[in-house]
Amino acid sequence: MPRDRFETALAQRAALDAGRVSSAELVEQSLARAEAAAELGAFVHLQPERARAEARAADARRARGERLSPLDGIPVAIKDLMVQEGEPCTCASRILEGFVAPYQGTAVAKLQAAGAVIVGRTNMDEFAMGSSNEHSIYGVARNPWDPARTPGGSSGGSAAAVAAGIVPIAFGSDTGGSIRQPASHCGVVGMKPSYGRVSRYGLVAFASSLDQIGPFARTASDCALALAAIAGHDPADSTSLLEAVPDYAGALRGDVSGLVIGMPREYFAEGADPAVLARVREAVAELERAGAKTREVSLPHAPYAIAAYYLIATAEASSNLARYDGVRFGRRAQARSLGEMYRRTRSEGFGAEVKRRILLGTYVLSAGYYDAYYRKAMQVRTLLRRDFEQAFRGCDLIATPTAPEVAFRIGEKTADPLKMYLSDIYTVSANLAGIPGLSVPCGFVNGLPVGLQLLGRALDEATLLRVADAYQRCTSWHEQHPEPSWERGG
Amino acid sequence: MSARLQPHPKYEVVIGLEVHVHLCTDSKLFSPAPVRYGDPPNHDTHPIDLGLPGVLPVLNRRVVELGVRAALATHCKVHPCSVFARKNYFYPDLPKGYQISQYEDPLATGGWLEVEVSGYDAPVRVGLTRIHIEEDAGKSIHDAAIAGDAGSHVDLNRAGVPLLEIVSEPDLRSPEEAAAYLRKLRELLRWADVSDADMEKGQFRCDANLSLRRHGAPELGTRTELKNLNSFRFVEEALYAEIARQAELLDRGERVVQATMHYDPSRRTTRVMRLKENADDYRYFPDPDLLPLRIAEADIDAVRRALPEVPEERRARFERDYALSEYDARLLTESRALADFYEAAAKASKEPKSVANWMLRDVLAQLKERDSEIDATQLTPAALAKLIALVEGGRVTAASARPLVAVLIEEGGDPEALVRTRGLEAVSDSGLLESAADAAIAAHPDIVAQIRGGDAKGLNFLMGQVMKRTQGKANPKAVREILARKLEA
Repeated sequence: MPRDRFETALAQRAALDAGRVSSAELVEQSLARAEAAAELGAFVHLQPERARAEARAADARRARGERLSPLDGIPVAIKDLMVQEGEPCTCASRILEGFVAPYQGTAVAKLQAAGAVIVGRTNMDEFAMGSSNEHSIYGVARNPWDPARTPGGSSGGSAAAVAAGIVPIAFGSDTGGSIRQPASHCGVVGMKPSYGRVSRYGLVAFASSLDQIGPFARTASDCALALAAIAGHDPADSTSLLEAVPDYAGALRGDVSGLVIGMPREYFAEGADPAVLARVREAVAELERAGAKTREVSLPHAPYAIAAYYLIATAEASSNLARYDGVRFGRRAQARSLGEMYRRTRSEGFGAEVKRRILLGTYVLSAGYYDAYYRKAMQVRTLLRRDFEQAFRGCDLIATPTAPEVAFRIGEKTADPLKMYLSDIYTVSANLAGIPGLSVPCGFVNGLPVGLQLLGRALDEATLLRVADAYQRCTSWHEQHPEPSWERGG
Repeated sequence: MSARLQPHPKYEVVIGLEVHVHLCTDSKLFSPAPVRYGDPPNHDTHPIDLGLPGVLPVLNRRVVELGVRAALATHCKVHPCSVFARKNYFYPDLPKGYQISQYEDPLATGGWLEVEVSGYDAPVRVGLTRIHIEEDAGKSIHDAAIAGDAGSHVDLNRAGVPLLEIVSEPDLRSPEEAAAYLRKLRELLRWADVSDADMEKGQFRCDANLSLRRHGAPELGTRTELKNLNSFRFVEEALYAEIARQAELLDRGERVVQATMHYDPSRRTTRVMRLKENADDYRYFPDPDLLPLRIAEADIDAVRRALPEVPEERRARFERDYALSEYDARLLTESRALADFYEAAAKASKEPKSVANWMLRDVLAQLKERDSEIDATQLTPAALAKLIALVEGGRVTAASARPLVAVLIEEGGDPEALVRTRGLEAVSDSGLLESAADAAIAAHPDIVAQIRGGDAKGLNFLMGQVMKRTQGKANPKAVREILARKLEA
């Protein structure tokens, strides 16, 4: 019996618990929908055999009255830069063609320990560099709300997979907004946890000091389940935090009374589409009606965030991507000398945007420029972190638009990288400051979803989830779904 | 201080050394892979050492402890916060495309060593600029004989092995001083259990910076760097070759160009390997995968307290407490294991001087014969002390006891039981000795006549004869008395 395409993980779990459906059926349904949605380009790799076996194992557990976690038997998807032992991991790059991971990443290990069934790997911008999912060797991913538009990026495939009802939960990574911006464009909830909350062991690095894995779901409550499954200290990641993981699901009390929402004056000034800003203001007004208070706050160094971000992220990327040299794994070009082998392997293996960022980053770290660029950017980062600390003395969370506009058309910004980079204008600060951020659907502009971004104190994911959940309890944006026009004959 | 060696009449030689030392840890600097020598290529590797996508380094705590130990043993200041940085360059044996090292903020700075140089009447104090922690690279093998075909091969067993880089000030003035410094440093690192520092295994590698200036000139000349000098002999040879090369250039009025040099041991010459005019740009930046290394003062103190007494202090104490000559004390403190053994045996015995004699005469000879170290044998300090006590007490003669040292080294055991079961107890039975003495006197009338004629030398010969007849078990004192009495008669 086909189930509601847009069922949440919580609802699936209830159905599983009640014996109304099996994990095998849920997984089969996800696989079938993924196949049928080929046109969206959300997935780059499906792993049906493994997923079916895992689903059967989950059903067997349930039959014995066991359950590993609330996600046991629930189909999920992971971005093609999260390592799963025995599966390909290409980061949507030619240079990792043929690479099959010989070790297990921590987030995937945790998902497996929770019983979640990974059905496949999702499309992305190559090495997570992009805001539109247009830089992928597999081709573009499309926005389920309008397949002529991008789903955002870089985790475009994960956002599209959830928005299209293929899986209730997907995981992505966020270096400068790569979860929140596509979540906003696809009308789903997406969360970037605090830096260090989720282990990066097995997350292929773009910019190590900024990268975090996080979940996509249609509701904040599903996000809470998904985050709980992957969060926590990992001795294999020196930057992972020791602090215990709170009960995220338990934090969803449904009320926001007494909470103070900060509205950064710099983010409501200009630069964003006025219609998007209007939706965001309306959302904040809704939260006020629910009992929250608002006040203006200031993040004086916010205007420098994009510049600092693109210096730090590219610097780190230029070093992180040096390992793709054709020597030990992935693609190797034939050549007569070592230098030529390096040049050809990397010239043929990397796409234009990745090359652009490697060049930028190499320049930024070069002798004579380091102080002017990298060191200066790190100083800005410190100042920005202080801005947030200062702001959070007067508020419990901060509300902003997630992106300056709704999903743009495929091809619209590819010719102008700088314009593309400005898609991250509201999101990069959270990565630079290491604080958590979440995007929740808050309405539509021209039939396309708008996201409200909530930023919180470091390690205070619970408050963001609580507020987003309370907002979803009194709004119904998340219950509006795209027409599955992408399904053949559907 | 007496005058230091002047290797060149016209130019003063200025040398600074960079030493890379492998630390003796079970696992690598940032991965759980084992550190072993002689395993098949690429056997001792973890995904972290291979630089696979998505892996992250985790610092080996033991490395920090050893680094602090080395720093304290060389009088460096250990910094409460040091930072790991990435040194970016491409090479096939560098899996990540960067080496994790320390750059702006090293583990320790500002130490010194006192180096004894042969022929100097006072040691030379050599400053240490810095000590930092870094990972080793793998090995590239271009030799077709090893690689098996024409291609180049990479062995990553060594990739990620923990290293300390120890950089000296340009305080050395001759190749002899440089070699003495290296010997001293190696001794200290072994002593402090920081490294086995085996040069043949590449655990102790040296790069040298050398420049010349006219005697008395205030500013330093242009230096060149000699890479990978992997034996003490090569260090001296290579430095002399480079002194000759630079002096010749300067004599001709030419400039020394900053370069990395290669030493060719077969021709005893140095040649330019790589010019440094276009300085390498390694694009160092702090490694975002690792937190700054913070070391609490209390932890540094704990390492300091656990640090063994340095060799010079122990030598002086041995001279003082056990009345040893400087020469004997030096021999007994050549390695920490030997010194520990001696001290334990000296304490177990009431005769520290005898213990020293037995060790220097018998134990070291046996070790040398076996090419072994004291702690690799079955001999215990208590057993040696007991054996010596048996000799001193007249229970066994020194002659009978000496072969037991080899037995104890090979098999261990209780010296007293060995003496008993092997029937080595000294013979003091006067009847037996009397008849042996009579027999010796009867057999050598010529010697007896000599002695009676006033030449006492023959007495020792007769003693030897008695010993022979008693298989060396005769108590020498008793034999001497008996012979003296009989010959007087």
